Amino acid sequence: MIKIKVKKALVSSRGPFQINIDMNIPGKDLVTLFGPSGSGKTTILRMIAGLTVPDEGLITVDDEVWFDSDKKINRSVQERQISVVFQDYNLFPNMTVRENLRYALQDKKDEGLINEFLEIVHLSGLADRLPATLSGGQQQRVALIRAFLRRPKLFLLDEPLSALDFEMRLKLQDEIQALHERFMIPTVFVTHDLGEIFKLSQRIFVLEEGKISRSGKPGEVFGEDMLSGKFKFVGNILTLEKEDFIYIVTVQIGNNITKVVATEDEARDWRVGDRVLVSAKAFNPIIMKV
Amino acid sequence: MMALDWGPLLISLRLAVVTTLILLVIGLPLAYGLAFSKRRWNFLLESMVSLPLVLPPTVLGFYLLLLFSSQSFMGHFLEKYFGVKVVFSFTGLVVGSVLFSLPFMVNPVKAAFQSFPARLLEASYALGRSKRETFFQVLLPNVRPAVLSGIVMSFAHTLGEFGVVLMLGGNIPGETRVASLAIYSEVENLNYGQAHMYAGVLVCVSMLILGVFYFLNRRAVQIF
Repeated sequence: MIKIKVKKALVSSRGPFQINIDMNIPGKDLVTLFGPSGSGKTTILRMIAGLTVPDEGLITVDDEVWFDSDKKINRSVQERQISVVFQDYNLFPNMTVRENLRYALQDKKDEGLINEFLEIVHLSGLADRLPATLSGGQQQRVALIRAFLRRPKLFLLDEPLSALDFEMRLKLQDEIQALHERFMIPTVFVTHDLGEIFKLSQRIFVLEEGKISRSGKPGEVFGEDMLSGKFKFVGNILTLEKEDFIYIVTVQIGNNITKVVATEDEARDWRVGDRVLVSAKAFNPIIMKV
Repeated sequence: MMALDWGPLLISLRLAVVTTLILLVIGLPLAYGLAFSKRRWNFLLESMVSLPLVLPPTVLGFYLLLLFSSQSFMGHFLEKYFGVKVVFSFTGLVVGSVLFSLPFMVNPVKAAFQSFPARLLEASYALGRSKRETFFQVLLPNVRPAVLSGIVMSFAHTLGEFGVVLMLGGNIPGETRVASLAIYSEVENLNYGQAHMYAGVLVCVSMLILGVFYFLNRRAVQIF
């Protein structure tokens, strides 16, 4: 059980606001902290990691106190057994892939794990290459397994897939899911991308202006269970065209473009560029604004 | 023409090597401290490090001479308890040169530390690595060109030093007469031939050092 109850005053582009959250992560779940940019997600992650000091509060992981402003406890980032995967990979440019991985080992006996992990993410052939010679997706996979090799008690992911193209995202989502299921390390995943949430997380905390506005299972939070859709994608509206009494909505989902029919009532509030959820029941696709 | 006395050139070379080594040991931690410390009085230390860039070397030499002379407290103390005579000795040259070339080592390395992405340092801490391990395994290897630049500039600068070594070393043949002082002495004695040779050797050595450095630096840039 991980408890995070912290406050911190911040200044964003829209003026000052305060992060004030109280969240519990039970068991070994993968939870998501979802919110628009500037809502304080990354700062919360940094406070959990020990890279940013909260103004006040309490952070406990299992029975360990990592931060307690009342008792003046603040474990350094090195003493908190965490791993962080950042948006921009952060591989050390002077080290090869294998050296980057070895740098994360806490115990020399884990050396053999390096090859095993490289195989899991299909990078065995690139072990002796420098990070600069790898693609973004390959670099992020190295960063991902490097984080696991540290054997963390808590795994923190800060928009790890944002810099990747759609196909690579899907692939990495699968790999994150597989690694999580295999090693069962409690994970906090920070994102502003709805698509990542539905696939990966067991629980979502929605963050608005530094406060958690909703939380629960993905379906509960976004009303998905009302739909009971068979499959669903998040995309952006490219065009809205009126044809007689219906609208033809062109939606871009990743690299695919699809056309969906909507009624005038539904389409009234939609604008080009809106983010929508397209889901399909057994017969007809359903489209709704998110 | 007389044979050239290589002594002064060897003293210059020895001085440059010793100075550069000492600067590596104290300059890198100092650069780190200046780059990352948030202390309010940091600017004072920064100004002091860069002072030799703007001061006439004779000023630095003059104060060091006063500080370490046998009559001063410091000079007396060092001589009595440690048997170290700073003024008019090779030790004095080293002390003067280290202070005089300090900005040439510290400033480029400090600038490189500051422009190194903090996120990579944080990534290292987050992998459980200490600041010390991060310094030696992540930070330093990635700012190699700046360290190399510091080494070369300190070395070449020490070779060409005149004012400080004259004030503090006193131009004693075989002890503190470095190449630049030898040129001065030969010209004073109207031995233009000797002066020519010392000057020629200094130009060649300095050119060689800088040439090799810039050549390597270009290659390094291409590799990145």
